[in-house]
Formats: sequence, structure tokens, C-alpha cells
Amino acid sequence: MTASQIIFYIIAAFILGTAILSVTTKKIFRSAIWLLFSLIGVAGLYFWLKVEFIAAVQIVVYVGGIVVLIIFSIFLTQHSGKEMPKTPILRTVSSVLAVLFGFAFTYLLIYKNDFIGGDGKFDLSVHRIGIQMLETGEHGYALPFEVVSMLLLAAMVGCIVIALKTKPEEK
Amino acid sequence: MNDIPVSHILFVSTALFFIGMYGLFTRRNMITMLMSVELILNSVNINFVVFNKYLYPDKLDGIFFIIFIITIAAAEAAVAIAIIINLYRSHKSIDVEDASEMKY
Repeated sequence: MTASQIIFYIIAAFILGTAILSVTTKKIFRSAIWLLFSLIGVAGLYFWLKVEFIAAVQIVVYVGGIVVLIIFSIFLTQHSGKEMPKTPILRTVSSVLAVLFGFAFTYLLIYKNDFIGGDGKFDLSVHRIGIQMLETGEHGYALPFEVVSMLLLAAMVGCIVIALKTKPEEK
Repeated sequence: MNDIPVSHILFVSTALFFIGMYGLFTRRNMITMLMSVELILNSVNINFVVFNKYLYPDKLDGIFFIIFIITIAAAEAAVAIAIIINLYRSHKSIDVEDASEMKY
């Protein structure tokens, strides 16, 4: 067993352990912090896979953006020290069974499948990503890029409209 | 690097997906359900990276899909939290069982 393999199994155990804690812990604020650790673990997995650009994006957007947003909304809407109401035991048991069966079937398919590795060099330089992202030719992603920018604009406008305080109606 | 078989990395992403599903099934608080959705999206991203790196190393399409998924996830989280805060203002609760006016 080489060092690379050991590091991979440590990262995998870290991701799955913190994710399980995140969905099972009783206090909502702790749940958000475990989610933060799980996302950092996923970023570590990206570093292990040598896709540094995606790892950086993961840390900036997920850890720096979404988790902070979630923690803010917890503070705005919840008493963060309070425990959440208990899940009914029947629902817990049936969800565990459903999830275990789903996992077993899916992983059986993956395990039986024979993945044929491609050859070629994996070159993930920001230069290459940028060129292909803004290219209008055959393998370019200029159109999805523009569509996503419109989507972000729409989401921003939508957030402002939803969060606007409606004035009490004058009678 | 290449001494880990692909199926072991896919084990992590599959397990992460179903952990997110478990959270979605058991939790009834909107913020925690949103967290479960984030876990599910992350597992999909791991899949994209692995398939791109191991099966088609000369292409970059998986990387672009990840970038777009992360963008859309950020927009989705922002809109969802705006809705949650608005719901909290009108119902004083963010439990999905309490917001059932439009159920039937």
C-alpha cells in the first residue's frame, strides 16, 4: 500500500464520516459545521486527483460562499442551540432501508461494470480551460457560459424580489 | 495515483449521494434539507471529475460541467435561502410540515 492510497482512504473516510454526522446530528448549527468539513474533504479529494482548479473553485464557492450563507440563515431563523425535534422511528428505519438498498443496487452496477481507461495526458491548465470556455467553435462552451451568466442575473433579481419587504396594505 | 481503481472512488461518490438522500428523507427542516441537496450535488461533481480524468483524459468536458454545476448550485442556494427567510417571516417556522397551504 503506497502513501497515495493511504491518503485516498483517509480522505474518503473523512468525507463520509463528516457527511453522516452532518445528516444525523441533532443540533442544526453543528450540522452546518460538519457539512463545512465534508465540503473541505471533497476539496481535498480534488487536490488528490490533481485537479487543483476545481479544488480552488470548490473552496471559494462552497466553503466560502454557500456554507457561510447557510450559517447566516440559521442565525436569522433558528435558535441555534436548540435541538431539532426527533424523527419518528418508523421514518428513520424506512429511510435507512431505502438508502441501503439503493446504495447496494447502484454499487453492484458500478462494481460489475468494467471501466476502460482512456489514454492521453490529462492537462488541466487554466489557460486551456479559459480558451475552451470562451471558444465559439466546435468544442467551445461560449453559449453555455452566456446562458449561465443570464441565469445568475435572473437568480440575483429573483432573490431581491423575493426578499423585498412587502409593505402592509393601506386601508 | 492510478493505483486506486475507479470503483473505489465511485464508492465514495455513491455513498455521499445516498447519505444526502437519507438526510432528505429524514429531515423536515428546510435548511438541513438544503444541506443534503448540497451533499448530493458534490457527489455528482466527484463523478464528473473521475470519469473525465480516468476515462477521457484528453478532453475537458467534465470540468466544464462541474464549473456550471457549481455556478447553478450557488444560485440555487441563494434563491432557496431567500425563500426560506421569506417563509420564516410569514409562518415563524421553516418546517416543511407547517407550510402546507398549497398542498391540496
